[in-house]
Amino acid sequence: MLYRESGLFKTSYSADQVIFPIPQDRWAILAILAIAFVGVPLIMDDYWANAVFIPFLVYALAALGLNILTGYCGQLSLGTGGFLAVGGYSSYKLMTSFPELDMILVLGGAGATTALVGLLFGLPSLRIKGFYLVVATLASQFFLIWLFYKVPWFYNYNATGQITVVPREALGFLVTTQKADPAVRYLFVLSIVVIFAMAAKNIVRGRFGRMWMAIRDMDIAAELIGIRPYMMKLTAFAVSSFYIGVAGALIFSVWLGAAESGETYGIDESFLVLFMIIVGGLGSVLGSFLGAGFIVLMPIGLKNLLVDGFGMTAVLAKHIEITTFGVLIIFFLIVEPHGLARLWQIIKEKLRLWPYPH
Amino acid sequence: MLFFFETVISGALAGIMYSLVALGFVLIFKASGVFNFSQGVMALFAALTLVGLLSGTMPFTHIDNAAMSLPVWAAIPLTIFVMFIVAVLIEKLILRRLVNQEQIILFMAMVGLTYVFEGVGDIIWGSDVKVIDLGLPQGAWGWLLDTHDFYIEKIEMVAAGTAAVLVTVLAIFFQKTRIGRALRAVADDHQAALSVGISLRTIWIIVWSVAGIVALVAGVMWGAKSGVQFSLSLIALKALPVLILGGFESIPGAIVGGLIIGIGEKLAEVFGGELIAAAFARWIEIDPGIFSATENWFAYILALIFLLFRPQGLFGEKIIERV
Repeated sequence: MLYRESGLFKTSYSADQVIFPIPQDRWAILAILAIAFVGVPLIMDDYWANAVFIPFLVYALAALGLNILTGYCGQLSLGTGGFLAVGGYSSYKLMTSFPELDMILVLGGAGATTALVGLLFGLPSLRIKGFYLVVATLASQFFLIWLFYKVPWFYNYNATGQITVVPREALGFLVTTQKADPAVRYLFVLSIVVIFAMAAKNIVRGRFGRMWMAIRDMDIAAELIGIRPYMMKLTAFAVSSFYIGVAGALIFSVWLGAAESGETYGIDESFLVLFMIIVGGLGSVLGSFLGAGFIVLMPIGLKNLLVDGFGMTAVLAKHIEITTFGVLIIFFLIVEPHGLARLWQIIKEKLRLWPYPH
Repeated sequence: MLFFFETVISGALAGIMYSLVALGFVLIFKASGVFNFSQGVMALFAALTLVGLLSGTMPFTHIDNAAMSLPVWAAIPLTIFVMFIVAVLIEKLILRRLVNQEQIILFMAMVGLTYVFEGVGDIIWGSDVKVIDLGLPQGAWGWLLDTHDFYIEKIEMVAAGTAAVLVTVLAIFFQKTRIGRALRAVADDHQAALSVGISLRTIWIIVWSVAGIVALVAGVMWGAKSGVQFSLSLIALKALPVLILGGFESIPGAIVGGLIIGIGEKLAEVFGGELIAAAFARWIEIDPGIFSATENWFAYILALIFLLFRPQGLFGEKIIERV
């Protein structure tokens, strides 16, 4: 009754091709954006920004990137942590080498650098498939982390080996370091994530997205209808790495403010982002956000419940959290291999018929 | 020259330790096509259980109780029994429900299983570093050190011997016994095996139990070397390049791959930095210690280069794509 397609008469090709064909969807998106841009900044303080909103947004961006590669093009990657590190470290080098550079350009540069590195590590993907490719991407993860730890040029010969953020502005607003207003930092990350999400939504339903999906579903058949698998796999690696690189730069510059290759961008990050797209839904832009929200919020909720609610020690709560993580992932895979995004689709189907079930 | 041989042999012995872990992967992959990412944590879990039983630790309390401690001959069968129960649970709760799913889904379920093992092991037995004491010899092999000035760790010799015994037993088990033949049939073709009356579920339980026993052996060997602690589970990550070098389906591949990786890693660590520094000395000054912390990625890059020429690994079955 409230949510349906009947009665929508499309009279032009462009009306048929709009991103959200159902008016309720458009209103919902606009409402969410309005709340995110106007409502949330009003209650923003350091805790909410650093513990909830900014992590959610940057991980959503990283998940979006991995989803392009794994969910849309079907190339499983465990190198996410390494690519996040490339983003973080290249943004650091850009910020310190060119102090006048606007943060937006820094992010673009970090993304472009990561895209190049992603291209490089995507090269073996034509010959290597499946699990062998997983191991190949793991190689990139370990190699990149080692590189940033071993070559002092990347952290400007610091004694600590850490990289620490310097104050930088985006369009005249201070967005990095703890001196920046949390609401401004949040809005900066939010704007970037929204732009990238809209871009992703458009890429995956356009020419490139369709070719990626053809490769994912059956690469030989795709080749037969004239899609070049190598080009498509490489573009997927490049675009996905660009997203992940920007996310890595945001993790370092806006969220944490300091980073150390093995600590901040370790193999755990690769798994975390992979879990987000599994839980959220492979091959779904919405799923990347749902998965990131779930994986970022679950540990916070669980910790509050176990430590504050039941008075457990932090160590035991941590172990229970890890176990719950594993159980939830297996549970999701068994019950709904297509993730939270699929649940949302089912709800939508039900809503269309409501209140008459037949 | 002696130093070179010493490096090669200690590399080979370290490689055998990797092979022990890789073996567990191969067994499960052959029988069920599941890439068991949790093999490393299974080794940790098995070792934790054994240590817990040996020291009489009360589960969930982390309190040692000497009165409850079991002798070695009782603790080992009991640990194997625990691994059997684990295998049954995995089959009942996970594998049975994921039949016919894509491989990537199964792989991710195994990653989830890794987390469960890690968390449950810590909750039951505590997360502090434990010492495993089975009376395995420690330290250098004195006789060889005295007469030939040759340094070899005793524990690594024991590991090599154990691996040899294990591979022989597994080979006999696979070639000669009824169950072994059924296992090979399942590995060959699931549907054909089902049609001649082989129960897939039983086979899975057996394979996972055997993999659990292999994990126990690997856990004990690694645990005796560096203590039973969380880092033990990371050896799974070291076994992966061994696997792709040797091929996912091949037991000899796991052994040979382990040897290649072990020796290559040691050689690169000891000589690689100096060689590179010498080679580029004319153009750029390179710190000879640059290869000092390469153990994390060297094996991967080696395997990656190798894969470019032989995508199915040394002994793997040739990948044939049919439409």
